[in-house]
Amino acid sequence: MERIQLRKMHINQSGTVSAIKASGELGRRIRDMGLVPGTELTIVGRAPLQDPVALRLRDFTMTLRNGEADQIMVDVHEA
Amino acid sequence: MNTATVALIGNPNCGKSTLFNALTGSRQHVGNYPGITVEKHEGLLHTHKHEITLVDLPGTYSLTAFSEDELVARNFLIESKPDAVITVLDATNLERSTYLVLQIQELGVPVIVVLNMMDEVRRKGIGIDLARLSALLKSPVVEIVARTGEGKERLLTEICKALDEKPQAPDILLSYGNDLDPVLVNMQERIQASTLPPLPPRWLAVKYLEEDAEILAQGKASDPKAHEDLLAMVREVAEHCQKTLDMEPASLIADYRYGYITSLLRGVVTRPTTTRFDLTDKLDKILTQRLLGPIFMLGVLYGLFTLTIEIGAAPQGWVEDFFAWLNGIVSTNLPEGFVRSLLTSGIIDGVGGVLSFAPLIMIMFFFLSFLEDSGYLARMAYMLDRVFRIFGLHGSSVVPFIISGGIPGGCAVPGVMAARTLRSPRERIATVLTAPFLSCGAKTPVFLLIAVAFFPDNANQALFLVTLGGWAAVLIASFCLRHTVIPGASTPFVMELPPYRLPTLQGMILHTWERLWQYVKKAGTVILAISILIWAGMTFPQLPAERLAAHEAQVEQLGQQAFKNDEAREAAHAELDNLQAQEALRYSIAGRIGQAMESVTSPAGFDWRTNIALLGGFAAKEVIVSSLGTAYSMGDVDPEESEGLSARLAKDSKWNKWSAISFMAFVLLYAPCFVTIAVIGREIGWRWAAFSIIFNTSLAYIISVLIYQVGTRL
Repeated sequence: MERIQLRKMHINQSGTVSAIKASGELGRRIRDMGLVPGTELTIVGRAPLQDPVALRLRDFTMTLRNGEADQIMVDVHEA
Repeated sequence: MNTATVALIGNPNCGKSTLFNALTGSRQHVGNYPGITVEKHEGLLHTHKHEITLVDLPGTYSLTAFSEDELVARNFLIESKPDAVITVLDATNLERSTYLVLQIQELGVPVIVVLNMMDEVRRKGIGIDLARLSALLKSPVVEIVARTGEGKERLLTEICKALDEKPQAPDILLSYGNDLDPVLVNMQERIQASTLPPLPPRWLAVKYLEEDAEILAQGKASDPKAHEDLLAMVREVAEHCQKTLDMEPASLIADYRYGYITSLLRGVVTRPTTTRFDLTDKLDKILTQRLLGPIFMLGVLYGLFTLTIEIGAAPQGWVEDFFAWLNGIVSTNLPEGFVRSLLTSGIIDGVGGVLSFAPLIMIMFFFLSFLEDSGYLARMAYMLDRVFRIFGLHGSSVVPFIISGGIPGGCAVPGVMAARTLRSPRERIATVLTAPFLSCGAKTPVFLLIAVAFFPDNANQALFLVTLGGWAAVLIASFCLRHTVIPGASTPFVMELPPYRLPTLQGMILHTWERLWQYVKKAGTVILAISILIWAGMTFPQLPAERLAAHEAQVEQLGQQAFKNDEAREAAHAELDNLQAQEALRYSIAGRIGQAMESVTSPAGFDWRTNIALLGGFAAKEVIVSSLGTAYSMGDVDPEESEGLSARLAKDSKWNKWSAISFMAFVLLYAPCFVTIAVIGREIGWRWAAFSIIFNTSLAYIISVLIYQVGTRL
């Protein structure tokens, strides 16, 4: 298992959130959506200009900008 | 009959408004919470023994104090103490929805849990053990399908039961782990011995740990000593958490909440072994695809725009015809004089001009609410965010811009109103302030008039360049504003892409009706007053008696003259009338202001006649062409048929190619019309409305002077 930044994940790759560095409003918004350490997520797509990124977690899809995704570390599952 | 207040609360996109509509039908109205722009939706609901006011609170993911919506929802629960609270959950998305339920329960408020979208849950083959969920949450649970009304009766029964029995809040004591629980106990004790606001002590303690700005401020004001003690405890535990776990307490709290939810739902939800690809995934594969996504989006934007303008043209014509007819009746039945002039030129023309936009606004909001409720609007924001972010805007800014005139012919009034879909306050202000730079349908005739007069061979290219100029102004001005008067990092894009769902017709109609009514109300008040003001400015003072007498004499003289035929006679009379109108306008307050301003505006190439027209444009940009007509003694000029005025301007010695370009730039950029200003004031505050008048006009002036001065020296 490899630990990488969420930004570096490719489409259809899944992983488990290991750490979130974001604080303040961004941190709070991310947490309220249920993106907390231990959460399973899958990258489902990227916008036409490669940013933002869309991910699936807890039965819904959310989007994050790449800069925001940098603050999230994920243990990626082996393909 | 007992009266009661019941609140509806839930995540965005959970179908809360659909349920609200299903319960209250048309017996609802929209207001604003005092002092802020968040809308307050209230409706009436009768049961056999209760008369219930149902309040639809803003959609929210949590009860923190980061956005106005969340604060409104929270303060309503705390201050208005509704008799019952219904939490609406999207049952296809239970974990995140339950997060909000827990927070409301911690606040000490008993809830009725409503599981919406149960049809989708069944279709996906997911099982939910309602009895078990109800036992674990210690609250009644009702399953419904808000779209079809299924389960409405069961919900009403539960509401009545809650109102009759007045249940106590369930005692759900959530553990926040070995690091936080001990300090929470200490904090609770300190709170109980204090004069802090009367809220559940544990909830207050958790909010202190989350460093909730609003609660901290209230604490400081009500009991400074206790506040300091609590802060000291928070600091200590925060340091400890940071050192041992590399986490802040707020993250830890969210972790434990979600951990609790996951274990709570483990025995409640059963999933099919294979997850099926659902419609949303299939659609998104195409609709947000790299190449097809943007192409489809362009199509949707173009379609939205064309449909609004094309379909709107007919009813807009009927409204205009109605007011023309009304004008005719008043003119034939009233003697010539101030009253008639006030009624026709002031009130009917002014209010009629505003109401003629009502059909456009209605149609636009109907399509827009379809895009929004179906989930597509969120995809547009997702695809465009990268571009707009560069300029300090948000992906969702695209819709207000398109509607305002990103494609010529739009209108900033519905455009500014459409900016409500932006949830980020700073980006929303920048969007609202810059949207009026675009080439709206009322400015287009002005550009056409000037383009035909001075660039007869390239009129279309000129119009196209003006449109591009509008976009450039929007992006550059946003960039500057976001780095000066609306500074601050961009609001996080963290956003949900909701599943595609077919909106309900009832919801779309109610939404459209609300917006239309707000607009019409404005027309009847602010606009009416301003129309009268503008009319008075262009009418008073009247020409002195000797000038009127001189004109009478000329008319009489004309009557004695011999003409080849009646046509020639009429033409001569009309010319005389137009000359008198020009003289009267010059003599009026508006005319005097126009002349006084000449020293200021001549560096931009404008004389007093242009100034009057531009002054009139503050009321509505359509007025520019008609005022120019009067000022150049052409009589009333129909903006749609202005060839005569074009030719007249082209020959005028005061005008040249550069004053024409300078004029077009000024019209594009200067203060928004009064209707737009009224809407800006309503949407983001009167301070910003005043700012937009001053900022836009100054910007327009600087650009025009630059164009004229540089151009004429080349």
